Amino acid sequence: MNLDWSQIVPYIPFMLEGIWVTLQFVIVSIIFGFIVGTVLALFKISSIKPLRFFADAYTSMFRGTPLILQLMIIYLAVPQLTGYDISPFLSAILAFGLNSSAYVSEIIRAGISAVDKGQTEAAVALGVPYRQMMIDIILPQALKNILPALMNEFITLTKESAIVSTIGYLDLMRRGQVVGANLYRNFEPLLFVGLIYWGLVMVLSLIGKWVEGRLSVGD
Amino acid sequence: MSVINVEHLYKSFGKNDVLKDISINIKQGEVVSVIGPSGSGKSTFLRCINLLEQPTEGKITVAGVALTDPKTNVTKAREKIGMVFQHFHLFPHLTVLENLTYAPLKVKRVSKAEAEEKALALLERVGLSDKKDSYPNSLSGGQKQRVAIARALSMEPDLMLFDEPTSALDPEMVKEVLDVMKDLAQSGMTMLVVTHEMGFAREVADRVIFLDQGLLIEEGKPEEFFSAPKSERAKDFLDKIL
Repeated sequence: MNLDWSQIVPYIPFMLEGIWVTLQFVIVSIIFGFIVGTVLALFKISSIKPLRFFADAYTSMFRGTPLILQLMIIYLAVPQLTGYDISPFLSAILAFGLNSSAYVSEIIRAGISAVDKGQTEAAVALGVPYRQMMIDIILPQALKNILPALMNEFITLTKESAIVSTIGYLDLMRRGQVVGANLYRNFEPLLFVGLIYWGLVMVLSLIGKWVEGRLSVGD
Repeated sequence: MSVINVEHLYKSFGKNDVLKDISINIKQGEVVSVIGPSGSGKSTFLRCINLLEQPTEGKITVAGVALTDPKTNVTKAREKIGMVFQHFHLFPHLTVLENLTYAPLKVKRVSKAEAEEKALALLERVGLSDKKDSYPNSLSGGQKQRVAIARALSMEPDLMLFDEPTSALDPEMVKEVLDVMKDLAQSGMTMLVVTHEMGFAREVADRVIFLDQGLLIEEGKPEEFFSAPKSERAKDFLDKIL
């Protein structure tokens, strides 16, 4: 055992900066994935066949291949095809957002079908147009039911975000590796970074609990 | 003036013919009870009136609007057709007051002050003013159904459809809902009521229509229908339940 925590002290600010770098694209990816996922979920329950087909094919593709492969295709292969030099940040958002939306769409679809059919009928009978009914009546109830599953997806995304270290994006994980390589000591920086990830996920769980409490009015 | 006019209505679910050639004309202010054994198609018939079920064939005109005409904006037309369900279907994430103001605010786009004023008046009318800030899940079945009636009235409909409004209630709560419906009938509302409450059909309805196996078997004034039904099937039915 030759642990020496003092050695990483000069690198702590460098590693802490990684929190914000990671959070930046995780937050954007979550929002992006949630919006696209909601639209896909609406496609899946739509009566228009091509939309349903598209959403199902999309989900099948993004769930059926490794995330790291999707990231590589977007970061390495797309520039070859289009000549556009895509930044690591944009690649990360696209890969994580598009991937997450496939999972989120399944969660939301299940949530929507779990809402009592009578709710739709009551809204329809009052003359509420489809869009408004979805936004005001169905989705809020669906969201309440699926919140734990949704939080789970967001937590997974936060942790999986470490995969962007493979395209040289200086996120939390990458910074841990850089410090390890500089010091020829890996245990301390990796453990440090690991604690930060755990902390981030804890905060996310607490937010989830809080939102769940807020949404349970009326029960 | 006729509020509901149904001509040669047919409805099938796959190979199952639920309604066969139903025609009926309901006048302004009339209260009509639809009765019949379970599976007779009476709920489906009611749900066809606001196109919750799409008729297979036939013509439905409500308040002068030809609902079955493909060019008709059905969503718009439904604003004028109030509906009350067996299982209430209140919006559980909204308070009682919000349940009543939601459609006027979002569909009719009246001002918040106006919507709330009307909602409070309606709550007063169904005797639930003190529950305006409660959530539906904290109410009893009877209270929920009274709120549901008030919610339907909040859109100021030309007519009201009731789909077995008391069937899901505990017996001691049936009366409070029927009282609200009686009050509504007396105020001149046109009502079409699918019900198992023969007392209500006898006392309040102007006309009773009897459905069996998707056919309109018999219709008439309640006193005549209940004391001297003309058809065998209606006789059988009444023998079983009375």
